[in-house]
Amino acid sequence: MTSARRPSPILRNLTAKAASVPMIVTALVIFVGGSAWTIVYSFTDSKLLPRLNYVGLEQYRRLWVTPRWLVAIENLAIFGVLSLVFSLVIGFLLAALLDRKIRFENTFRTIFLYPYALSFIITGLAWQWILDPDHGIQSVVRGLGWTSFAFDPLYNPAIVIYGVLIAGLWQGTGLVMCLMLAGLRSIDDDIWKAARVDGIPTWKTYVFIVIPMMRPVFVTTLVLISSGIVRVYDLIVAQTSGGPGIASEVPAKYVYDYMFRAQNLGQGFAGSTMMLLTVGIVIVPWAYIHYGRKRHG
Amino acid sequence: MADSALLDSTAVSGVRLRRFAGARGPRPRRALSRRNVFIYGTLVVVALYYLLPLYVMIVTSLKGMPEIRLGNIFSPPLEVTFEPWVRAWSTVCTGLNCEGLSRGFWNSVRITVPSVVLSIAIASVNGYVLALWRFKGADTFFTILVVGAFIPYQVMIYPIVIVLREVGLYGSRTGLIVVHSIFGMPILSLLFRNYFSSIPEELFKAGRVDGAGFWGIYFRIMLPMALPIFAVAIILQVTGIWNDFLFGVIYTKPDSYPMTVQLNNIVNATQGVKEYNVNMAATLLTGLVPLVVYLASGKLFVRGIAAGAVKG
Repeated sequence: MTSARRPSPILRNLTAKAASVPMIVTALVIFVGGSAWTIVYSFTDSKLLPRLNYVGLEQYRRLWVTPRWLVAIENLAIFGVLSLVFSLVIGFLLAALLDRKIRFENTFRTIFLYPYALSFIITGLAWQWILDPDHGIQSVVRGLGWTSFAFDPLYNPAIVIYGVLIAGLWQGTGLVMCLMLAGLRSIDDDIWKAARVDGIPTWKTYVFIVIPMMRPVFVTTLVLISSGIVRVYDLIVAQTSGGPGIASEVPAKYVYDYMFRAQNLGQGFAGSTMMLLTVGIVIVPWAYIHYGRKRHG
Repeated sequence: MADSALLDSTAVSGVRLRRFAGARGPRPRRALSRRNVFIYGTLVVVALYYLLPLYVMIVTSLKGMPEIRLGNIFSPPLEVTFEPWVRAWSTVCTGLNCEGLSRGFWNSVRITVPSVVLSIAIASVNGYVLALWRFKGADTFFTILVVGAFIPYQVMIYPIVIVLREVGLYGSRTGLIVVHSIFGMPILSLLFRNYFSSIPEELFKAGRVDGAGFWGIYFRIMLPMALPIFAVAIILQVTGIWNDFLFGVIYTKPDSYPMTVQLNNIVNATQGVKEYNVNMAATLLTGLVPLVVYLASGKLFVRGIAAGAVKG
């Protein structure tokens, strides 16, 4: 067919293909191959070394009766839902305030976004210090005379995940604000003019006109932060090391510890496959809508 | 947007509406309107909250230990000392090693610089191919890459350990550099693809007519035009790789740990007396590089983080 006219379809564009070897290898070997490998080995009884001795769903059964995993999942759910809600709400409100044609917009934006430039390790260590009951907020408030004041999230298993949430929000809300601001700026001025002509109050314009128009921005932000949340690891390691006890464990830490410390690879693979599944639940519908719509447009 | 500001005053009170009705040109400013007090008040309070941890870290790092034990974390140092900074940089111990964070710093430099160069070199060529030299199947690989960006790293870390071990790079800095290049690829390729797609195709065709080949067009036409996007990519990668913890802890050995890993080992060490001032100085030292990059880069940083999100 075409090869009759041209030398050979494989030789066409050869330099471009050669230059794409790193991309092709990464896509096929690491992303597809690596994920498939982990999924396959999650059905084996690999311990110190990976081996192909299939045990069916045994690793998953064990995973879901291990208290540490259950705590990790519960923490991920609490942390995930609350950071999604709060970072979207706070991020949007800050963006809306910055979008009100104010002075020093750049200064404020720089301040809200700088934590995002810092690593989770720094975030975790800074908040570990601020929340330290003997020196931090609790001791300062007690020093002011309120001696029974108690605020020690990092030492209290019941609320430790909220201590992590405070730090996570501090680090990540700036990003959401930036995305929201970009979304707000993309709203046509005529929309605002029309709303004004109709005498619609500002807050109503936001709630009923602007936010619905920004739906794609919200969805993208949602996908971005949720895939980040599932991965949360460094923050926990730095701020609490999973403690007190196992109270602030998260799946990513469970996986790491079982793979590289407890020498129980099978559990690690099963845990990471569950993480992949969680992300898949969020990503697949989004990708379907996103790319499905693009094809028509 | 001038009208939206106007609109806002209509919402606050009808009085001001009469004042501004039909106004053209710049909005007359009244510094202390109720709206302004609300907006600036909220922003200032939130800004202070965001600055608080940085402030606490700085003042703690400048105090001596006796003052920390007695005083509160928000009070400015009575007696400023730089000793914690010196100690954090050059003598603080991790395990048996007492060279301070300087070792981690230089490790991070030796990891970050080659990783940034390699990842951007690969990704810019990817973007160039995807925008202008698309071959059959190229888009499929790209889709895999972008979808792969959402796969939790934990799914891929162990297979990568095996691959690196097979080629003898596990535990070395080179191995970590390869890993950073792999995981930087999706977002950077997307960034470059979008940029090169926006360049008028006539330029590309003109190059072809003049006999330039794949690399000729890349180096002599595309690269010089894409310098701003290279700057964005550099900022994105420098901060991203410098801040990495997970890959550093998995793919390197203790004597080549990057700064973040060493920092965590210093601060969360279980034995010894906690030196909070040294810990905070060490934390600030580690954050200095991304912070400086962030402050110096301004809008380019924002462009980098928004690149993946908005264009998608």
